[in-house]
Amino acid sequence: MICWFPRLTAFLIVAPILMGFVGTLLPAFGYLPAIGGTTLTLAPWGALFATPGLDAAMFLSLWIGTATTLFTFTLVIFFSASWSGTRLGGAITRFLSPLVSVPPVAMAAGIAFLLGPSGWIFRALSPWATGFTAPPDFLLPQDRWGFSMIGGLMVKEVPFLFLMTLAAVGQEETKRAFQVGRSLGYGRMIAWIKIVLPAIYPQIRWPLYALLAYSASVVDVAMILGPTTPPPLSALVTRWFFDPDLSLRFVAAAAALLQSILVLSLILVWYAGERMVALFAGAWLRRGGRGAGGAIAAALAAGGMMAAIAVAVFGAGAMILWSVSTTWRFPNLTPTKLTLGNWAAGGAMLGNAIANTVLVAGASTSIALLLAIGLLEHAARRGGASSRGLAFFIYLPLLVPQIGFLFGIQMLLIRLGFDGTWVALLWTHLLYVLPYVILALAGPYRRLDPRYAQIALSLGASQARALWRIKLPILLRPVLVAAALGFSVSAGQYLPTLFAGAGRISTLITESVGLATSGDRRLLGVATVWQLVLPLLAFTIAAFIPAIVFRHRRALRPL
Amino acid sequence: MNIRNSIRTMTPIADTSCIRCPPSARLVGCVLTLGIALLGFCPTAGWAADWSATEARANGQTVYWDMWGGDAQVNAYAAWAAAAVRTRYGVDVHIVKLADAAEAVAQVLAEKSAGRIQDGKIDVIWLNGENFAAMKRNTLLWGPFVAALPNASLVDTQGKATTEVDFTVPTEGYEAPWGMAQFVVMYDSKLLPSPPRSILALAAWVQQHPGRFTYPAPPDFIGLTFLKQALLVLSAAPERFQRPVDESDFAVATAPLWRFLDAINPYLWRSGRAFPVNGPAQRQLLADAEIDLALTFNPADASNGIASGLLPETVRIFVPDGHSIGNTHFLAIPYDSSVKEGAQVLINFLLSPEAQLRKQDPKIWGDPTVLDLAKLSPDDRARFERIYRGVATLTPADIGTPLPEPHPSWVVAIEREWQRRYGSGVRR
Repeated sequence: MICWFPRLTAFLIVAPILMGFVGTLLPAFGYLPAIGGTTLTLAPWGALFATPGLDAAMFLSLWIGTATTLFTFTLVIFFSASWSGTRLGGAITRFLSPLVSVPPVAMAAGIAFLLGPSGWIFRALSPWATGFTAPPDFLLPQDRWGFSMIGGLMVKEVPFLFLMTLAAVGQEETKRAFQVGRSLGYGRMIAWIKIVLPAIYPQIRWPLYALLAYSASVVDVAMILGPTTPPPLSALVTRWFFDPDLSLRFVAAAAALLQSILVLSLILVWYAGERMVALFAGAWLRRGGRGAGGAIAAALAAGGMMAAIAVAVFGAGAMILWSVSTTWRFPNLTPTKLTLGNWAAGGAMLGNAIANTVLVAGASTSIALLLAIGLLEHAARRGGASSRGLAFFIYLPLLVPQIGFLFGIQMLLIRLGFDGTWVALLWTHLLYVLPYVILALAGPYRRLDPRYAQIALSLGASQARALWRIKLPILLRPVLVAAALGFSVSAGQYLPTLFAGAGRISTLITESVGLATSGDRRLLGVATVWQLVLPLLAFTIAAFIPAIVFRHRRALRPL
Repeated sequence: MNIRNSIRTMTPIADTSCIRCPPSARLVGCVLTLGIALLGFCPTAGWAADWSATEARANGQTVYWDMWGGDAQVNAYAAWAAAAVRTRYGVDVHIVKLADAAEAVAQVLAEKSAGRIQDGKIDVIWLNGENFAAMKRNTLLWGPFVAALPNASLVDTQGKATTEVDFTVPTEGYEAPWGMAQFVVMYDSKLLPSPPRSILALAAWVQQHPGRFTYPAPPDFIGLTFLKQALLVLSAAPERFQRPVDESDFAVATAPLWRFLDAINPYLWRSGRAFPVNGPAQRQLLADAEIDLALTFNPADASNGIASGLLPETVRIFVPDGHSIGNTHFLAIPYDSSVKEGAQVLINFLLSPEAQLRKQDPKIWGDPTVLDLAKLSPDDRARFERIYRGVATLTPADIGTPLPEPHPSWVVAIEREWQRRYGSGVRR
């Protein structure tokens, strides 16, 4: 039975993406019988390129994707190089880890309030330092160059890439190579960059591509922090897709395809950049410069990391305060009147969405966990060699822009009368939950000493029994952590919920985006706090269950 | 690119003509032309006006109510109504929140184009204006059903003419009036003791106070109403807007509007490079003191905001130019809803004195009733008269005669031109 898992997983992932692409490709060339498109034509492309401001929207997508990835990569590399293994590095790591589970929209909502002219930073400085009694008029967030959006994305992505880097560095041979480098007189930073980075880069390459694809095509964060006249291409596509003018769906399909092409070219350019660096860095590496100083870079990197943490903490703090405030006006630093009424109002309004969020996240994570364990077990039984092809398929959803194929899936769902159903919603969430669950579980699964299972087998247990009675109990903690991660990933999915839920099934994130763009910041505060609490709760449960179950098993208890 | 025109011009593939036949020919026409098999899709309202039978059939039905979901107070009110209908009539009402009611129009149009004749995804739509005009023209609505609703007899069709004429288009019983709206302006009387009370005064004021005024970006209905108000007030011959746009020279007729917008755009909040997405977003900006004036379609919005602590207690409202655009918003049932009884029961409940009273309370929503108080029982009438208006609500006398809405086709054309000029980031 276990041999079916790779095929099943490949089908579950590839089928919707493939169908989604076909479902986008056909309307992009005018074929969509449901709304009267029966002939193939280039008209949608003509209409797309005639759209005023399209070039600016395309540029924004490319710029924001490139800048976010480049800045994130630089910050993470310099921080890891100069601070890994130090006390400060350890402290920052502890602060960064929880940030990975925070949905980007929750972060963006907090940042929007921090940065705005009537936001917290300006309130703290007004009127005593700035002289402003009314908020000044400058375009932030939503600035034209998208810097607030890049910053907002980085606060979320820096912790992610940092933890991926940390996991890659954790291997023994890298550590030893680093020590050798140090003993040969290389400075800390230069030793890391010259010795560790080339060794671990293959492992962070795919997360980097995923980051590139994500930040060039993200919609929810763009709607809150991104520029609006025009917005980045992905937000424009979403707007067109939900436009009451059905003929715009042809243009939207063409634009969704264009978005995919942009992302693909970004990844190709990045790849070419990698090759160039590899080509020219060889000489630099061999020259053997030991590197001096780097103190400024180290300080900047630490500063950047602390800034990211500070922004996240103050953003969340501001949202918590908003959720209990009645009245909080510029330039007051804190609310003048507090209430718990928002929570009652928010509970009535969000109750359904919270239940849906938990349900979708719980169900999609359970399915993902089942598939992940099946896949890893299958790989383990075949001697630990997991097929590279399958790995590619699993990460595929993270590399193609969501808007590129969700559009087509939605078209297909409508055609089948399947839109707005739970099956559709679960399936699209699964595409994004599965890669992260596998990512989190693969390491611990591979590191598990195979001799435990071998002993069980030699004592006459079946493979299945060995899995159930020996391996899974030992792996309970990583399994639960993977589940918590999957839960938080699902809770943060905006576009999949918007498309597959078809408005009939709303979750916390769709409600939050609505509140963040239109409205009452007190209720947004309540929604944001819920968004922070749910993943936190999931991780807390993941930490407590092993402690309880293994209270008599000291070696299995978390430290 | 065309924004909404295609809805109006697009001819659906499947045309079920019985939906649209005139009331007199309805019974004969339906039976003769379509036969027994399609009877279920013919209007039942006129000739099976047995309301208790409707209520009985409604019991156990699940109704999807699609509505603009951008305002927390409106959403809370809708949730209350849904719960009440669930407990009293056994109709399971689900609210689907939309960013724009036009999304629902697109959905029904797509269903009709795909040839669907039942099990539509939408059972009740909250709409008016161009959305109603588009649905009526494409025969996407079921009806006429309004006359069959017991509470429809309480509607003030004499004093509130817009309950039967929606943006110049006669409703003919295809949508039930739900609430009244009047375009008013909110300002903080403490910061701005004498606000500019007309469009012309506003233009001068905005140029003297850069960054302190903005309006929601179309297609938001409040933003569009601001543009329409300016259009009507600035035009030398406003009567022409009562007729469809293609009977006038659009460029000539709207030239004063674009002159006005071009003059203020560089001096708007964020120099006109960003706009709030809708009314509640703009209200938050007023609360943050980022702007000095905010627009609304609900005369109780300011009182409502004060009561909830969102707005300062010194916020007041005025009617721009002495009289402003007023209209009615409605509820309609798509042709392919399979639970038309449940939909009618929901709409009838929303028209009841109880539901209308709660809706008019500024602490709940503050949306003015469509009912004629003279037709209510003395008790109900007294309850309406006892509603505390709040400090910042005008009396009906202050609000004056509303300006009539332009023909819906103008809205489409204006929105498209606005996007081209101010929404795409292309500076001319």
